[in-house]
Amino acid sequence: MIAVGEQAPDFTLRDEDGEEVSLSDYRGRKVMLVFYPADFSPVCSDQLSLYQEVKPQIAEKGVELVGISVDGGYAHKAFQEKLGIDTTLLSDFEPKGEVARAYGSYLDGVGIANRTLVLVDEDGKVAWTYESPNPGEFPGANVIFDALAE
Amino acid sequence: MEDLTSAPIPSLGPEDHVRGEGEVAVIVYADLGCPHCAAEWRRINQRNGRIAFRHFPIASKHPRAPALHAAAEAAGRQGRFFEMVDSLYADRGRVDDPHLWERIEELGLDLERFEADRRAPETQARIRRDFESGIRAGVSGTPALFDESGRKLSSASASRSRP
Repeated sequence: MIAVGEQAPDFTLRDEDGEEVSLSDYRGRKVMLVFYPADFSPVCSDQLSLYQEVKPQIAEKGVELVGISVDGGYAHKAFQEKLGIDTTLLSDFEPKGEVARAYGSYLDGVGIANRTLVLVDEDGKVAWTYESPNPGEFPGANVIFDALAE
Repeated sequence: MEDLTSAPIPSLGPEDHVRGEGEVAVIVYADLGCPHCAAEWRRINQRNGRIAFRHFPIASKHPRAPALHAAAEAAGRQGRFFEMVDSLYADRGRVDDPHLWERIEELGLDLERFEADRRAPETQARIRRDFESGIRAGVSGTPALFDESGRKLSSASASRSRP
């Protein structure tokens, strides 16, 4: 897991509409990277649905929420629509899991990102991280707000 | 907007929806659109003691949930909160507006008042207060059961085993 204080590795991935998104696009703003295992899986669905309910309050804190998994763009689009969420979802598809690996969030052998949160500050530094004890558990939204209050 | 940092669930207060007598058996955060909650609701009501229901609709998962919670809250303003909750969980396939109106008629309630109450801003605020208290307590799925001290209880239907 990447350490607090490190410079967050920049990346460029495609979102659910196929548009390129770079971490550096968010320079000057805080961004919470939500690494998650897989679109449409039960826990991931619960997690992103829950965060959607408090997304306005997260945005009020000046934080953008960005989801990252190894799924492709078409899956992301369908997942967004199925859940009724508007969180940007980025495809860490090719090379598979490269960005998750850079953040220490890739589960080798399983082929998915672990369930982790990484708060990147306005200067592109890692301000806070959270790693779920196992992919079957996700941090409640209160964990995000606790981090933002630090 | 409210602070959503971690905090224990609030103690039961005068605006809580509580049924039963005696010791508090369970405080449940539930989503009226959630099938797991529907399955658990019957078991919850078999417990001895008082049961408290707190709203925890997750609209993106269950798009009809906000309307159902508003309907329950509005029925509650006419004294029939738990009857509406029981009915909504017992018949999850009939939850469109005409079905809600039918339920109001069956309960002998004032339909015009129900319609006004369920759309009132204070109804939405009341539901949101419960929801946010659940968020602060770390509720991440429904049903989420707590005892009166705020300790989380297990639920047979609440968890999923696969990520």
